[in-house]
Amino acid sequence: MRHIISILIENEAGALSRVAGLFSARGYNIESLSVAPTEDASLSRMTLVTRGSEEIVEQITKQLNKLVDVVKLLDLTEGAHIEREMMLIKVRATDSSERDEIKRLADIYRGNIIDVSKTSYVIELTGHNGKLDSFIQSLGDIPILETVRCGSMGIPRGEKSLHL
Amino acid sequence: MELSGAEILVQFLKDEGVECVFGYPGGSVLHIYDELYKQEDIKHVLVRHEQAAAHAADGYARTSGKLGVVLVTSGPGVTNAVTGIATAYMDSIPMVVITGQVPTAVIGSDAFQEVDTVGITRPCSKHNFLVKDARDIAITLKKAFHLATTGRPGPVVVDIPKDVTDPNVKVPYSYLETISMRSYHPKVKGNARQIRRAVQLILSAKRPVIYSGGGVILSGAANSLTEITRVLNIPVTSTLMGLGGYPAADRQFLGMLGMHGTYEANMAMHECDVLIAIGARFDDRVTGKIEKFCPDAKIVHIDIDPASISKTVKVDVPIVGDVDSVLAEMLQLLRSTGSELNPVELKQWWALIDKWRATDCLAYDHDSDLIKPQFVVEKLWEITGGDAFISTDVGQHQMWAAQFYKFDKPSRFVTSGGLGTMGFGLPAAMGIQFANPGADVACITGEGSIQMCIQELSTCFQYMLPLKIINLNNRYLGMVRQWQEFFYGSRYSHSYMDALPDFVKLAESYGHVGMYIEKPADVEGALKEAFALKDRLVFLDFITDQTENVYPMIAAGKAHHEMEMSPKSVLI
Ligand SMILES: Cc1ncc(C[n+]2csc(CCOP(=O)(O)OP(=O)(O)O)c2C)c(N)n1
Ligand SMILES: [Mg+2]
Repeated sequence: MRHIISILIENEAGALSRVAGLFSARGYNIESLSVAPTEDASLSRMTLVTRGSEEIVEQITKQLNKLVDVVKLLDLTEGAHIEREMMLIKVRATDSSERDEIKRLADIYRGNIIDVSKTSYVIELTGHNGKLDSFIQSLGDIPILETVRCGSMGIPRGEKSLHL
Repeated sequence: MELSGAEILVQFLKDEGVECVFGYPGGSVLHIYDELYKQEDIKHVLVRHEQAAAHAADGYARTSGKLGVVLVTSGPGVTNAVTGIATAYMDSIPMVVITGQVPTAVIGSDAFQEVDTVGITRPCSKHNFLVKDARDIAITLKKAFHLATTGRPGPVVVDIPKDVTDPNVKVPYSYLETISMRSYHPKVKGNARQIRRAVQLILSAKRPVIYSGGGVILSGAANSLTEITRVLNIPVTSTLMGLGGYPAADRQFLGMLGMHGTYEANMAMHECDVLIAIGARFDDRVTGKIEKFCPDAKIVHIDIDPASISKTVKVDVPIVGDVDSVLAEMLQLLRSTGSELNPVELKQWWALIDKWRATDCLAYDHDSDLIKPQFVVEKLWEITGGDAFISTDVGQHQMWAAQFYKFDKPSRFVTSGGLGTMGFGLPAAMGIQFANPGADVACITGEGSIQMCIQELSTCFQYMLPLKIINLNNRYLGMVRQWQEFFYGSRYSHSYMDALPDFVKLAESYGHVGMYIEKPADVEGALKEAFALKDRLVFLDFITDQTENVYPMIAAGKAHHEMEMSPKSVLI
């Protein structure tokens, strides 16, 4: 099962390597990991996407909680939540039919073209990671020059929130 | 009060009541050593290798109820200490390791004796810190002491760059009595509902067994364990780390379980219907093949570390909390309800256990012309009245120590259980002796292991530590040889200890007493003579039977009831 885990962690040097080191030492897999400080500069928020059986995910959350720098964590998969990921994708766009097709696709997916050159477009797209995958699929034969994704971020819906 | 970083460090250690530091100097800790020189409250023990400093602090911590403190220099000082830190980490021993670091200005430049200490020790310490400002020394050390000694204990590393202890930079210092960390709240009290469920389950058992581990020792729960075991009148087995948590000579004790556990302990595990795991972590040396582990049992697990619960074996009633506190609540509940287990069922269970006991699974040949290692340990137990502190190294001798020295008290058996570190025994014994001056301390070792930290004989002479080293010299890396005999067609690849030193002369050259014993008839006399030498270290080199194996044995991939038995035990 895919799990998306949100972590509040002390914003200290080495905090990220404690999490990354835990996953490599214990052989857990990380599908994506995103991290940045929060409104409280002493705390970072991490969103970690992993896959594993229920037993493994239970161990993962316990081991994460055991890290001294981890202040709090929440397995978002356990409740209603919103998930978003951002992607910057550069595609070849030379002739005008190609350019029209890309523009149309970007519109359908509510993406923005944020850079234009004679031969390429950069599209910015935000959504559930499945939507980003599907956009890449629908590009079909259009050559992709590069893809940058930030990894999933998540937040619980409604009253529930992860805070101190 | 304005002090330099080095002064703060030393003052803090005094304020925490630290009496003993194990260390080795070097460039990056010179400011600190200069402060140690100027005072007399803290004793600094100069070892001969940083690994030994960590092991000695470990032995000190295990037998003093206090944490161990280590002080080493940057670079090689740290890398040498890593084995000792990892050993303490695997056995959850409270320890603070202060390491020097190159000055902050050159960190990251591959400076002389620079190593990424925080990076190297991250996976083998409970937590670690790099202190970048003298103002942070006191609070960081306070956190380190707090982390090391609370919750599931463990070693904490504090890395301090040289400029941070500069004698010319003075900053304010005041001692903090307490500290709280928002990210760290170990749970002490167990959940009341879970405790009730556990007691109900135990009372409904027909074939219960207690499986007790090192957590009982760490939590100081030996009395509670003994009481609850007696109140329930049920059998108890222990891991290597838990020995002494329940009196070994008592009828209700089944001996150690696991790979080299007794027949009765392992059979009781296999047949039980309720397993009560207390401060134990279902280590692979204990469980054998996990799929066949306790096939009929419902499991209660008490542990302070939530991550230890259901890690390898799914449990039915998990209780997170301090073992002693949880056991005390269980006892109270048992007493207030006055309930007990079904006496008829229990009687049948005990009858079955007594039948298993009759196999005499630890039997060995008493008529041999060669010294049997088991005999030496048995005699050691007799002569010390079962009251010595025993450290061991790793190998066959370690297992014989566990099987044949009947520990009646907690914290008397000091061994590297988790990491299995050869070289641990001698420095650990030094730490034990510093914590318990005047007590009998023996190190049961092998000719392979003892050579891994043999240089500490020099430290022992400097501080006049009257240790008794029991070298069970089989001229083999015996445990390796045993596996090669059983599983590799007796192809003894590199397990023969060739070109051994003359241990008697070696001991003498370090200023100690050496004894060479090769006849069974001389064992007792030699031990008596050695222990009569109250103020001398005696190195007893026992030339033992090379072919002796440790029994029973559960081979890899086998279950508890599939033990390899000694040819001497009575088959049933
Ligand atoms: C540092 C280290 N290296 C290797 C091992 C693997 N090992 C486990 S037991 C053993 C043999 C120990 O020989 P000895 O100390 O003579 O004890 P014996 O088994 O003969 O009693 C070895 C090599 C280890 N545990 N630790
Ligand atoms: Mg040997």
